[in-house]
Amino acid sequence: MTAFVIRRLLQAVLVLFVTSIIVFVGVYAIGDPLEILLPPDATMAERAQVTQALGLDQPLPIQYGHFLWNALQGDLGTSFVYNQPSISVILARLPATLELAFCALVLAIIIGLPLGLISGLKAGSATDETIMTGSILGFSLPNFWQGMMLIMIFSVYLGWLPSTGRGQTGTIFGIETSLATWDGIRHLILPALNLSLAKIALVIRLTRTGVQETMPLDFVKFAKARGLSSRRIVFVHVLKNILIPIVTVIGVEFGSLIAFAVVTETIFAWPGVGKLIIDSINILDRPIVVAYILVVVTMFILINLFVDILYSLLDPRIRSKAR
Amino acid sequence: MSNPSETSEIVLEVTDLKTHFATPAGEVKSVDGVSFSVRRGEILGLVGESGSGKSITGFSIIGLVDPPGRNVGGSILFKGEDLLAASEKQLRTLRGNRIAMIFQDPMMTLNPVLSVKTHMVETVLAHESVSRAEALRRSIEALRMVGISQPETRIESYPHEFSGGMRQRVAIAIALLHKPDLIIADEPTTALDVTIQSQILSEVQVLCRELGMGLIWISHDLGVVAGLADRIAVMYAGRIVEQGDVDQILDRPKHPYTAGLIGSAPAANRRGERLTQIRGSAPHPLRRPEGCAFRTRCDFSTDACLQEPTETIGAADYRWRCFNPLGATEATS
Repeated sequence: MTAFVIRRLLQAVLVLFVTSIIVFVGVYAIGDPLEILLPPDATMAERAQVTQALGLDQPLPIQYGHFLWNALQGDLGTSFVYNQPSISVILARLPATLELAFCALVLAIIIGLPLGLISGLKAGSATDETIMTGSILGFSLPNFWQGMMLIMIFSVYLGWLPSTGRGQTGTIFGIETSLATWDGIRHLILPALNLSLAKIALVIRLTRTGVQETMPLDFVKFAKARGLSSRRIVFVHVLKNILIPIVTVIGVEFGSLIAFAVVTETIFAWPGVGKLIIDSINILDRPIVVAYILVVVTMFILINLFVDILYSLLDPRIRSKAR
Repeated sequence: MSNPSETSEIVLEVTDLKTHFATPAGEVKSVDGVSFSVRRGEILGLVGESGSGKSITGFSIIGLVDPPGRNVGGSILFKGEDLLAASEKQLRTLRGNRIAMIFQDPMMTLNPVLSVKTHMVETVLAHESVSRAEALRRSIEALRMVGISQPETRIESYPHEFSGGMRQRVAIAIALLHKPDLIIADEPTTALDVTIQSQILSEVQVLCRELGMGLIWISHDLGVVAGLADRIAVMYAGRIVEQGDVDQILDRPKHPYTAGLIGSAPAANRRGERLTQIRGSAPHPLRRPEGCAFRTRCDFSTDACLQEPTETIGAADYRWRCFNPLGATEATS
């Protein structure tokens, strides 16, 4: 197991290195930040000074070498706009996005899994039809429209929940989070629900298919023949089998939750990295873009590693191969 | 005690059992009036081709026929209690406890993501409120009984870490956990090597005698059943066409179908002889012939066979359904 984790970490470093080259070259290829940073009437001397200050006069490989050397020391460049280390600009905003994505994921599981189980066990019934129709809506309606409808219903008509901002935060175990205060939770509900709707639909479908594939298998019939209760058969024998594909998909989807957070953060004015990256791309704040992508790639790698470890905990057949 | 005495206790008595499947094409009469009984310590071999209804008979007894299958008549008395009238809850307390079942494919009957220990301990705890330590102790004991070495460490393993034969031993150990009165074994050695098969057969035979359990061994292979069972019941198209003591059935079969089955199996004492075949193939369950279902494949059929043959009961509870029984002629010729 340890060898497996170490091997995966070495692969991760390689992936990060390749990503940094692609991102650096890609970002370098689009536009000239000077056009945006400097006023149109700037003199040639001013231009030359800024170009030199930002290191833009060097050839690309040298700029990359410079970037890599600094990156290894934890410095991903200074934001042209905020005039702060880009990594700290991102890390200051990241907790808000992670919190949003994490809550959306939890909602997807605690709502999607039970509904999927009911749907799969009562396939063809009116309950199943209702749940499946609901999940089609969750999939197919545009995310931003769902967000606006949530605001219309819960903030405008009913007036139950606030529609914008993050609200008051507090600290739990040293982490700054909205979950610590009631005001924070009230602000979190709508954006988290908005972000999770499509994932709830996905989890419902995965669970339903899993239940329908697993219930007719011999080991379920054998479990019945051993006199086990239906509850134990469903929650231990069936659920543990179908969790394997669900965990894999959810892990991969966590990354897409962070990416989709861009839309939700814009609708609900949530101060996360999604909003930051859109602004930074618009004004070609290269260090922020590069740092953002590297941070996201790192998170993807860590999530996948975590999923693989979880996977082997769930499935003994994989555990013995990984040894 | 190779033959249980006449007075030994009857564990299971099935009378005129009918299990039908309602399909869009029509009513499939998978089990259509089956009667037999099993005594304590007795092994009944239930033999037939695939589709003859032998497995459905087994599943009917423990009430696990999948829809659209349903019971439409008869009675199943288990130690005097009618299982067809029992509630699902009553059946569940019997399943795995007083009546155990062993399935055909040992690769599929154990949950791949749960350890053998989990399987066994949960089976003990489903029927008795004992401590986990006690449940584990009994599970290890059961594994030892079926010949698994080092059961204390092997019990921690997962199903994929066992060979097919070992897995089937684990399934048998699970069936033995509560010392049931009856075990229904549905082709449990069909998926195994011949050598493993014979080992398991002899062990099961010994265990069944020692623990005084009734055993129904469902198989398509008359050869396997011949060396194992005390009585044999031969099923064809949803009915038992002939049943009796193993020697009676194998040496002096009365039903032409039984004789055909015996003739079509290779045997050491008939080396070099040409194997006979039963001509044709089993009728489709929706298009069974009127009267005797076997008459279209039978060399001895007469006009009488257009009527439903009734069951004739001879000495030692030997029964057959045929208008033209083979009498004393040697069936293997």
